[in-house]
Amino acid sequence: MAPFIPFFVAALLAMVLRGWPRALVMIAVPLLGLANLWMLGAGSFGAYSVLEFDLLLFRADKLSLLFGYLFHVAALIAIIYALHVRDTLQQVVSLLYAGSALGAVFAGDLLTLFIFWELLAVTSVFLVWARRNGRAYMAGLRYFTLHILSGLLLLGGIIFYGQAHSTLSFGQIGLGDNAYSWMIFLAFGIKCAFPFFHNWLTDAYPESTPTGTVFLSAFTTKAAVYALARAYPGTELLVYIGATMACFPIFYAVIENDLRRVLAYSLINQLGFMVVGIGIGTSLAINGAVAHAFNDVIFKGLLFMSMGAVLHVTGRINGSELGGLYKTMPKTTILCIVGAASISAFPLFSGFVSKSMVMSAAIKNGYDWVWLILLFASAGVFHHAGIKIPYFAFFAHDSGIRAQEPPANMLVAMTIAAALCLAIGIYPQALYSLLPHEMAYTPYDVTHVLTQLQLLFFSALAFVWLNLRRLYPPELPSVNLDVEWLYRRLFPQAVRGFVTAVFRLDGRARRAAIAGVGSLMDSVASHHKPDGVLARSWLTGSMVAGVILLLGVYLLLGFAL
Amino acid sequence: MSTGDKQDFFDKPENIQRILRTFYAICALLVLADFVVHRHTEHGWEGLPGFYPLYGFAGCVILVIIAKWMRKFLMRPEDYYDRLELGGDAPSGVNVSTGAGSRSPEEGMRGGQEHV
Repeated sequence: MAPFIPFFVAALLAMVLRGWPRALVMIAVPLLGLANLWMLGAGSFGAYSVLEFDLLLFRADKLSLLFGYLFHVAALIAIIYALHVRDTLQQVVSLLYAGSALGAVFAGDLLTLFIFWELLAVTSVFLVWARRNGRAYMAGLRYFTLHILSGLLLLGGIIFYGQAHSTLSFGQIGLGDNAYSWMIFLAFGIKCAFPFFHNWLTDAYPESTPTGTVFLSAFTTKAAVYALARAYPGTELLVYIGATMACFPIFYAVIENDLRRVLAYSLINQLGFMVVGIGIGTSLAINGAVAHAFNDVIFKGLLFMSMGAVLHVTGRINGSELGGLYKTMPKTTILCIVGAASISAFPLFSGFVSKSMVMSAAIKNGYDWVWLILLFASAGVFHHAGIKIPYFAFFAHDSGIRAQEPPANMLVAMTIAAALCLAIGIYPQALYSLLPHEMAYTPYDVTHVLTQLQLLFFSALAFVWLNLRRLYPPELPSVNLDVEWLYRRLFPQAVRGFVTAVFRLDGRARRAAIAGVGSLMDSVASHHKPDGVLARSWLTGSMVAGVILLLGVYLLLGFAL
Repeated sequence: MSTGDKQDFFDKPENIQRILRTFYAICALLVLADFVVHRHTEHGWEGLPGFYPLYGFAGCVILVIIAKWMRKFLMRPEDYYDRLELGGDAPSGVNVSTGAGSRSPEEGMRGGQEHV
C-alpha cells in the first residue's frame, strides 16, 4: 500500500469519529504506516499512464525511505502533541498534510510529485487559518499565494521537461541551458525558503496554532530538501544559496521578539546547512544534508513544541512578556533545553552528528569561505536558538506568570522527541545505516568534540559578557522589516497610491467637464434671460434703420461692381 | 519545584555567581586543552591555538552588534502591518502595541484551540 493511503483514510475516519476512537485511529496511523513502509522497503509499484506518459505512484530507494521514516516519526510526535485539540478541521487537515508529504517523497514521476506538491500547500494552509484570527487569515493567504506560485512553476517546468525528454520520471535534473531546469529549481526553492522567498515561512508559521506549527515545521521544507537532493545534487549554486540561508536569518533571530518567529528564522538557518550539503554533492555531503534534515525535524519540532506549550498555557509568546517560567514549568524547561542543545550541536545531542558532516564536506572540498560562514552560523545558532529561546522564555527576569505544565499528551510528545535527540546523538550509527550513501564517518573524535565545545562555550561566554555589560539588545515589542515589506507594504501602498491618483485625475476631469458644461449653459442663458441680447424687445425704428443700412450696402455694392 | 513566590534556585545571586565561576573555569580549561591536545586539522588557520574559542566569541559579539545596528532601520511598531491589513482594529488574539502585560493570560487566547 502506498504510504500516503493510510493517512488519507484516517483523515476520513477522523472526520466522523470523536473522542477516544479518533485519538486511537490517529495514533495508530503513523505506527501502522511505519510497519507498512518497513515491509515495502526499496522498490516500486503503482504504475499508471496519463496522456502517453508512464507515471509511478510509489518508488522507494534509500533516500526516499529515509524521508519516509522521518515523516512517520514526525507525524506520530505531532499527533500525540495535538491529541487534546478539539478541532476537527485541524485533526483532519494535519493527517492529509502528513499523507501528502509522504506522497511527494515516494512519487516516482514529476506529475505525481506535482499533485502532492499542491496538496501540501492546500492542506497546510488550513493549519495556519485554524488560528481563526485576522492575522492568521492574512498570513495564510500570503502563504498560499507563494505556494501556488511554486506549484505553477513546477507544472510549467514539467511541461517543458516532458517535451524535451518524453518521460516524466523524477530523477537528476541539474541546472542547464533550458527553461525547465530553472523553473523546477525555483519551484523547489520557494518551498525550501530560498532567500527572497523565505518570508512565507517566518510569516505564516508563527501565526498558526500551537499544535499546527509543529506539523508545519516538519513536512513542507523537508519535502523540498528531498526534492533538491533528488534532482539537483552537486549544483554549485546551491552552496552559495545555502551559505546565505545559514547566515542572514541569525541576525533577524537575535532581534525578533516572537519566540516562535525566532524558531522560524532558525529553521531557515538549518535549511541552509542542508542546502549547502546538497550543493557540494559528495556522498559525505549528501549524507550530512539528509541526516541533518532528519535531526532537524525532531529537534526543531521539540523546540516548536516547547514554545507551543508556553503559548498554550500562558497565551503569550513574545520574549518581552515571558520569563521565569522554569519555576512552575520545570519539565517543559528541561525538554526545551534538550532541543536547544541538539540544535546547537552539542556533543551527545543529535545536531552534532549530522551538522559536522556538512562542515567536514565543505572544508574537504575547498569551500573555505563557506566553511567559515557555516562556522559563524553554528555559533549564531547556539546564540539565538540555544540560549535565547530557553533564556527569555524560562529564565531572564521573572515575568510573574505562574503557569502550570502543559497537558500530559504534550509532555509525552516532547519527551519522545527529546529521547530521540539523545539517542541519535549517543548512537548515531543507527541513523547512519539509513543514509543513502555508504560511508565511514566517526563524529566522535577528540578534534571534533574539542573544537565544537570551544566554539559553543565561547559563544555562550559572549552572551554572558554582553548581558553583564548590558550590551545585549533587549526584547522589544516590534516588527522587523524583511523582504515581505515589498509585498506587504510597498506594493499595496503603490497600488493604493496609483488607484488614488487615478481617481483624483478622474475626479478632476469630471469636475472640469461639468464646469465646462455649466459655463456653456451660463453663456447661452445670458443671451436668453430677460434683458439678454436675444430676449430683448426691439423698437420698430431701429429695425427700419437696419433695413436702410442694408439697402445702402446693396447700393454701394451695385455701384462698385 | 515551588509554585509560590519563595526564593528559587536562580533567584539567589550567590547561586548565579557559582554557576558563572564554574562556567569561566570550563572555558579556561577548553582553551588550555588546545595547547595539550594535538588536533588534526584540514586548514592553516584552523590549526592556530585558540582559533575556535576566538572565532566563537568574536563571531557572537559581532553578530549581536550588527543585529542591534539593524534595529535602527528595520524596527517598526508591532502593529505596523496590521494597521494596513486589518484596518486598524485588532481582532482577538492579536497583540497590538502596548497592551502587553495588562491582559490576563486566560483571556480567550489559546490560539484557536477552543473551536470544535
